[in-house]
Parts: sequence; C-alpha cells; structure tokens
Amino acid sequence: MDLELIFTSLPKLLSAAVVTLKLLSSSLFFGIFIGLIFAILRLNKNPFINKFAYGYSYVFRGTPLLVQIFIIYYGLGQIEYFRSTFLWVIFKEPYWCAIIAFALNTGAYTSEILRSAFQTIKPGIIEAGKSLGISNKIIFYKIQIPVAIRQSLPAYGNEIILMMKGTSLASTVTLMDITGVAKHIVSTTYKPLEIFITAGGIYLFMTFIIHNLIKYLEKKYSFQ
Amino acid sequence: MDLLTFGKTGWGDELFYATLMTIAVSITALLIGFLFSIIFTPLKLSNNKFLNFIANSYTTVIRGVPELLVIYLFFFGGSGAIMYVASIFGYFEYIEINAFITGSLAIGIISGAYSTEVFRGAIQSIDKGQFEACKVLGFKRYIYFLKVIMPQMLRLAIPNLSNVWQITLKDTSLISVTGLVEIMRQSYIAAGSTRDPLFFYSFAAVLYLMLTFLSMKLINRLEVKYSRGV
Amino acid sequence: MNIFKKTILTVLASLLIIGNVYANDKIRIGTEGAYPPWNSKDAAGKLIGFEVELAYSLCRYIGRQCEVVEQDWDGMIPALQMRKFDAIMAGMSITDERKKVITFSQGYADEVAALAVMKGSSLEGMSTPEGISLSKPNSDAKKALKTITEALTGKTVCTQTGTIHQNFLESGDVGKVNVRTYKTQDEVNLDLTSGRCDVALAAAVAFTDYAEKSGKSVVLVGPTFSGGAFGNGVGVGLRQASQLGGTLGARDAELLKAFNKAINQARKDGVISRLAIKHFGFDASM
Repeated sequence: MDLELIFTSLPKLLSAAVVTLKLLSSSLFFGIFIGLIFAILRLNKNPFINKFAYGYSYVFRGTPLLVQIFIIYYGLGQIEYFRSTFLWVIFKEPYWCAIIAFALNTGAYTSEILRSAFQTIKPGIIEAGKSLGISNKIIFYKIQIPVAIRQSLPAYGNEIILMMKGTSLASTVTLMDITGVAKHIVSTTYKPLEIFITAGGIYLFMTFIIHNLIKYLEKKYSFQ
Repeated sequence: MDLLTFGKTGWGDELFYATLMTIAVSITALLIGFLFSIIFTPLKLSNNKFLNFIANSYTTVIRGVPELLVIYLFFFGGSGAIMYVASIFGYFEYIEINAFITGSLAIGIISGAYSTEVFRGAIQSIDKGQFEACKVLGFKRYIYFLKVIMPQMLRLAIPNLSNVWQITLKDTSLISVTGLVEIMRQSYIAAGSTRDPLFFYSFAAVLYLMLTFLSMKLINRLEVKYSRGV
Repeated sequence: MNIFKKTILTVLASLLIIGNVYANDKIRIGTEGAYPPWNSKDAAGKLIGFEVELAYSLCRYIGRQCEVVEQDWDGMIPALQMRKFDAIMAGMSITDERKKVITFSQGYADEVAALAVMKGSSLEGMSTPEGISLSKPNSDAKKALKTITEALTGKTVCTQTGTIHQNFLESGDVGKVNVRTYKTQDEVNLDLTSGRCDVALAAAVAFTDYAEKSGKSVVLVGPTFSGGAFGNGVGVGLRQASQLGGTLGARDAELLKAFNKAINQARKDGVISRLAIKHFGFDASM
C-alpha cells in the first residue's frame, strides 16, 4: 500500500470534490423545480397531463443514468441540425450536459417522492384550512407544499445521496469530478487500489455529512 | 430501422444477445446479493457488537460509495487478491475467472448491501410475538425460521426487493469495464461502428424500459401470490 | 461444519470451477479493438488490424497457439496483472512510466502522433517541420514546440486517457493546455467532429483512418511526433517476472524471451514491414 501516493493525491482529489459538490448542488437545485412541477402535473385531473407526467417519471427512473447522459451528450451532439441552434451553446459544454441529465433524472425521483408526500398529507390539515376560509390556492402554497416537503425529508435525503453517487458518472463525459480525477491519477501511476480507496473514502465522508445533515433537519422540522 | 435487422449487417441479433446477457447478469447478481444478505443480515441483527460493526460497514460503505468506484475497485483490486491466491497455491496455474462471474460478483456485492437492508427491515417489522410463540412451542431455530418467519418476511420484503431488482438491473450498465457484452456495451460498440449514437443509445433506453416493464408485471404477480390470506 | 459454512464453501468452489482453469499452452494476447488501423473489430465483431495479424504471426514463430482477447484500454495493464491475458499488443508505446509496472519486448513498430482538426479550423496550415523527435530535441523541435504552444493556448485539446498523447499534453512541453480525456479514440473523434474539441491528438494513422471511413473532413496539422513523452515505439507488454517469482514468474520471463526472439525473426523475414504497409500504407516497423 503506497501511503505516500495517497498523501500526494489527496489535494487533487479534494479539489475534485468541489467539482462533485458543484454538480450535485446544481442538479439538485434544478431537480427540485422539475420534481415539484411534475409532482403537481401528476396530481392533475386531466388524464393526458398526468399520464404524460407519469411517462416522464417512468422513463427517467426505468433507464440507467449512464444511458441518459450518453444520449444527451453524444446523441444530441451528433445531430447537425441541433448543433446549429442556439441550444448548442449550452449542450456543447460537458458540464451542462451532465447537469441537464442529472437534473432530469433526480427530477423524476423527486417528483415521485413529492407526489407520494402530497397524497399522504392528512386530510384533516387541508380541511382545517378550508374551514378557516382560506382559498384553495393559498392552501396549496402555504400548507400543502411545506407539509409535503417536511414529510419527504427522509426519502429526499436518500435521494441526495443517490444523486451524489450519480455524479460519478460525469467522469464518463470528460468531467474531472472525484472519479474522473481518480481515474486520471491511476492512468499515470498504475496504482488503482490506493487511489480508488482514497476516492471512495472521500465519497463516504460526504455521505456521512449529508446523512447527518438530513437527520438534523428532520429533527428540527418535525412537528410530531 | 434496418440497422436492427438480425443477421450479418444488422445489429438486431447482437442487441438481442446483449439483452439476454443483461438479464442473466442481473439475475445472477441479485442471487449473489441474496447470498451476501444471508450472511450479513443475521450479523446485523446479532447482539455481538463486533459482528454488527462488520455488517454495518459493509452496507454503509457499499451504499455510500458510487457503484462505478466499487466496480473499479473490485475489478482492479481483484488483481492483488488473485495474485495472492496464486502465490499460495504455487502450482495452481492460470486461474482465469471469466468476465461473467467477475461482473456478476461486482454487481452482486452492491446488490447484496441493499438486499441486506431490506431483509433486516423486514425481519424487524415482524411482530415480536411470532418469535416468542415459536420459542414457547419449542421449535428449533432453523425450523421456525424457515416455516414461520421467512414467509412473513418475504411478503414484507417484496416491494422493497423490487426496488433492489431495479437498481441491480440498471447497475449492469456500468460493468462494461469488465468487457462483458451487455446492452450498454453493445450499444456503445454499435454506436461507434455506425457513428449513430443517438439511435443506439435511445434504443438501449427502450430495451431497459422493456425490461423494467416486464419485471414490474412479474413482481406484481409475486406480490399477489405472497399476499394471499392476509 | 454447519450449513452456512458448507454453502459458502460450495459456492466458492463452484465459482472457481466455473472459472475455467486453463492449460498453459495457449498464449492469450490482449488488445483494445478500438484503435484502427492498429487494432479494431470488423462488422461481425472479430478482432482485426495490424497488431492482430502480427500477433498470430509472432505466435507461429514462437510455436504456440494464441488467442487474441479484447480489453478496454483503461483496464489494459490491470487486466494483464490479473492474468486475464499474458501479453498486451494494443498500440502500447514503451515508456518509462509503464516500465515501472510491466515489462516490454523490443519495439515492433513506431507510433507516430499528430494533431488533427476539422477542415476550416484556424489551426490549419500550421508552419512546422514535418516530423520532430522529442528524444533529442534540436532547435527545429524546440521551434516547432513553441509554434504549437502558441497555437494551442486557449484551445480545447482532446485525447484518449492513459496514452502517450495525454502524457505529452500534460508534460508542459506545450505549456498549459486545456486537455479533455476520453475513454476511447472513438469518443475523441466524435467530439472533434461535433466541435466540442478544437483539436485532437492521437496516432496520425488513427485520424487518417477515421477520415477515410467516416467521410468527415478531419485533417492533420502540425508536425508528426515521436520520442520523448511519446515513448520509444510500440512493443509487446508483458508481466514483470519479478512480481510473483516461482513457476509463474519463470513462465513470464520465458514469454518475454520468446516474444523478443519472434520479433527478431519476423523482422528479418520482412513480415512486420509487410503488415505495416498493408495496414498503414507505409512501413512503420522498427
């Protein structure tokens, strides 16, 4: 076990951790909006709308993230017509391709989490709002959404960790996240064991922090 | 569409076999995962702090580290293990573990961590009364576990196990590093050869969706079967 | 032994048995199968190319059966260590870094690298000498490097991970370049044609082969490189005998001697030159 190599590669891997965190936060940020929109669409009475939302979530949860990234990065990149549109400015950069793929993916899972949270809100809470004469719209924004968010914290915490693991796939499209940098170091030093264990350790540490953060938030916001 | 024909010029037959391979690896990995669960779930539930620690480390590490990294570690770290084993057996030459076993084992280790959690949760949510009743009736451990606890545990576990199956199925897309030709790798080869990545990766997505759809149907049947009499 | 231990032992034993135990007669040679014209696959998936044919020739000289297996480039050396195969013939150049972990036979061919861009790129018509050798940098080479450094600043250069090309770009010989590395040469080509990369670096023949087969207008620019960070020719990669010692180690050492002898004979008989001309269009043999 080459300990010296672990020490020298640690700084490079840690600065790559910043890239991983940037990917994670951007994906989650967009993902939450996408998830919220599709969760609402799913609850809509119109069958076309809720089937469409169901289709979206089914497709993005039923196919591997790797396939999704490859379609967005390599697939779209090969269409000459697409390259001539203004969208190409965004899709040209692997960073944005990755974030779009991740956001769509986590959006699908998030929409499921929020949808089930919406559907399991105790009806008594909504009735209380109605009996107080609060309009439906305000009930939705001020009561349903916050309650749903609180109820989904445990499941969403899990989703954050799953997404963080998903960011490692950014390395397949040239992005230098922790996995990408680890592979790069291994390709020049040929010591896969030491490097991958160190990289794994960093991910584990981040998982630990996120896990405890979510637990703290759950405690703080629980109204039990 | 004629890219998909079976036979020499079309990729249809290669993709068909790749799909079979994906199914085969997923099932094998799931079963290997179950084997791991059989070992680690009791460890997790035991009173021995040390055994607890080992089992918890297994599930925490595997579920906290990206699958890609676990697969790389297993694949590359395997060289160290194999060389060590080979040196012990001095004359035991050229141990070649084929790509299918390596790939299934790698995914199986990952799948096992998730299954362990599922089984643990399922056993813990069985009414304690069941265990007490068996003890009172004087049943031997193995017997009551097999005849009383297992059926109840399976019923509780099946919904979550369907999740584990989904995860396992999708994780097979990551083992192209072992050179195994499953859906993702075959699409990659086809896309490279025909320079049409959009078509083949989209088709790969369709294949995975088909597998997901079929799995869901089968698992629903299982759920119904195990919920009889509840 | 209780039932647990019995099942575990049975499973392990069956895994070992299912994992075939090979007789030691066949030499297994690993190649990438994705780097034409050095090595690639035909439409049916069979491995073809300069090195595949050379491998079979060399085995005939050695007098043993051999089998060419496919392996992803980034797992090539670990797979060798893992005994997935016994030799690497995958356009792998002999470099000092690689010599730290594996050993090489003598070189059998030269891999000459070049930069490539899409037609119409601003880098076309770079004024540099034809070929520069970086092992003994003379003033011509230094001037060429300077021209290239200026041309590449601010550009995105793409190449395959773990290659001598990546080594060169990161060596500092051309200043600080924005390098993107990809798993396979195919992906490099894809991103070069889609415009994500301004310029790419790989074996010159790899680009000419791609331009021919895909009809895309990829052109070579700048000089052709060899030596220095680009290593000293392409050789057969083998396990270092010192790794394991004992019978297995001795067998590896024997294999090295056998390959060297075979390469000498093949060279004398003109086999290497013939194959090189067939696949590259010129004699790239060493």
